[in-house]
Amino acid sequence: MRTYATFREIQHDLQRGALTCQDLVRHHLSNIEKKSHLNAFLSVFPEEALERASLIDQKIKNGTAGKLAGLVVGIKDVLAYTGHPLQASSKILNGFISQFNATAVQRLLDADAIIIGRQNCDEFAMGSSNESSAFGPVLNDADNTRVPGGSSGGSAVAVQADLCQISLGSDTGGSVRQPAAFCGLVGLKPTYSRISRYGLIAYGSSFDCIGIFAKCVEDVAVVLEVIAGADDEDSTVSRLPVPQYAEELSRTLSKSYKVAYVREIDDAEGLQPEIRDAIQRKLDHIKNAGHSVDVIDFPLQEYVLPTYYILATAEASSNLSRYDGVRYGYRSPQTTDLQSLYKKSRSEGFGKEVQKRILLGTFVLSASYYDAYYTKAQKVRRLIREKTKDILKQYDFIVMPITPTTAFKIGTHTDNPLEMYLADLFSVQANVAGVPAIAVPCGEDKLGLPIGLQVIADDFQESKLLHFSDALTKMN
Amino acid sequence: MKIDRTLLDKIAHLSRLEFDEKDAEKMMKDMTAIVDWVEKLKEVNTDGVEPLTTMSHEINMLREDEVKPHLDHEAALLNAPKKDDVYFRVPKVLE
Repeated sequence: MRTYATFREIQHDLQRGALTCQDLVRHHLSNIEKKSHLNAFLSVFPEEALERASLIDQKIKNGTAGKLAGLVVGIKDVLAYTGHPLQASSKILNGFISQFNATAVQRLLDADAIIIGRQNCDEFAMGSSNESSAFGPVLNDADNTRVPGGSSGGSAVAVQADLCQISLGSDTGGSVRQPAAFCGLVGLKPTYSRISRYGLIAYGSSFDCIGIFAKCVEDVAVVLEVIAGADDEDSTVSRLPVPQYAEELSRTLSKSYKVAYVREIDDAEGLQPEIRDAIQRKLDHIKNAGHSVDVIDFPLQEYVLPTYYILATAEASSNLSRYDGVRYGYRSPQTTDLQSLYKKSRSEGFGKEVQKRILLGTFVLSASYYDAYYTKAQKVRRLIREKTKDILKQYDFIVMPITPTTAFKIGTHTDNPLEMYLADLFSVQANVAGVPAIAVPCGEDKLGLPIGLQVIADDFQESKLLHFSDALTKMN
Repeated sequence: MKIDRTLLDKIAHLSRLEFDEKDAEKMMKDMTAIVDWVEKLKEVNTDGVEPLTTMSHEINMLREDEVKPHLDHEAALLNAPKKDDVYFRVPKVLE
């Protein structure tokens, strides 16, 4: 069976009877088998996926199939799927079985998508290389000696290697866009609160967004319109109506979008020259297509990443306090009393990166340091959000790289946490500001490794964002 | 700011974590580097700026207080590392 570039082609072939959902599932299962060395999946659900495929094939024949009939999906190991294991790639959730569906998962199922498996990621979605998983690193399918990015590394590689058509990941500081860039994919982080977080394992609750990996913008649009929107189970989710994103892609593109490019990013030390050049070439295409590009200043650029690390670790330390070895997951066999039960279960169950972030978060929230670190970062966050929104009042989009480098070798940054954190240098701004951002492929470096371009838009401007990025992928 | 062993132990206790000698060394080194790095924020003038405390656009989302089915007893206990018929079990708390 051939590899499909878009879900639209799949649906077309399903409708005319040239393809069945069972063919699709078998195709992906066979790829998963062939590519098992990539370590992208932690669990695969073959019988169940095939059974569901046969059911949906029948629905297609009867004309009663849902909007996503034939879409084979992988989910990052942070999304709850009833009756299936869920453990955020952490030993501390060994043996945990979801007792309910995440809202996003429920909506996929309701629309007749088929879930094929649970995907490897950095432990508790903390990382930029997928090397902190308790189940070992995920390999980039473009070069098996390199990382796929993180934290949603398995979800990215699964789409890259055609192990599924799309993946759901999560993006707290770039965890969808950065691996999408390293694997040559489209990756969307929507506006904060656009998609319900119910059933998503929490890391930094004021940053966490469910995101979508796909081979094309169109597939992202069709999935987003299904999973976004109001939900009784999440009091923070936006109640704004959800546009028909896929349909809006076919509208005529505005002839003259205003695009901003940030000087401080172009000047950034450590930005790989080929990435700078690829973005410059794309900016030329944008201008040639009749849009305007202005270079603007964003002097807060260097403060975005430290702000993120203070606030995200603070939230993580609070969110991860629930893993105590009492109600679910791992309990140390070495315990003598309640105190040692907590300490030993957590120290043996969490990996070192997760422990580091819990400690940092606890430190910035502790009474003596709260104002100097936590409150200060919340103030800088307001400034970053306001400045970003100011730019987006004057411009339709901000365009920038997603990553300072292309995919790096496994083991490059594992000894130096700050080096690893810098991999998120350009992606965190959208999370700190809460605005939507997307990764789209933008050529390759001289080793043939994918380069990603990032487009940022204002709150709830996903229609415009998808529309423009779709056009970008077609500008050459 | 240097994260020394006393401070590490204090934070570790608050976090209900513990470290042996070797891990503590590495943790102190990494944390000191990270804390020094985030102190960069001190350069930003935030006089008169209110902390941003919520990112949601929804304010006071309320719903009717209706009784609905919740996770049943059996399902809630299913993932417990140690349980009896009705409770989670932990080591003895009171002598």
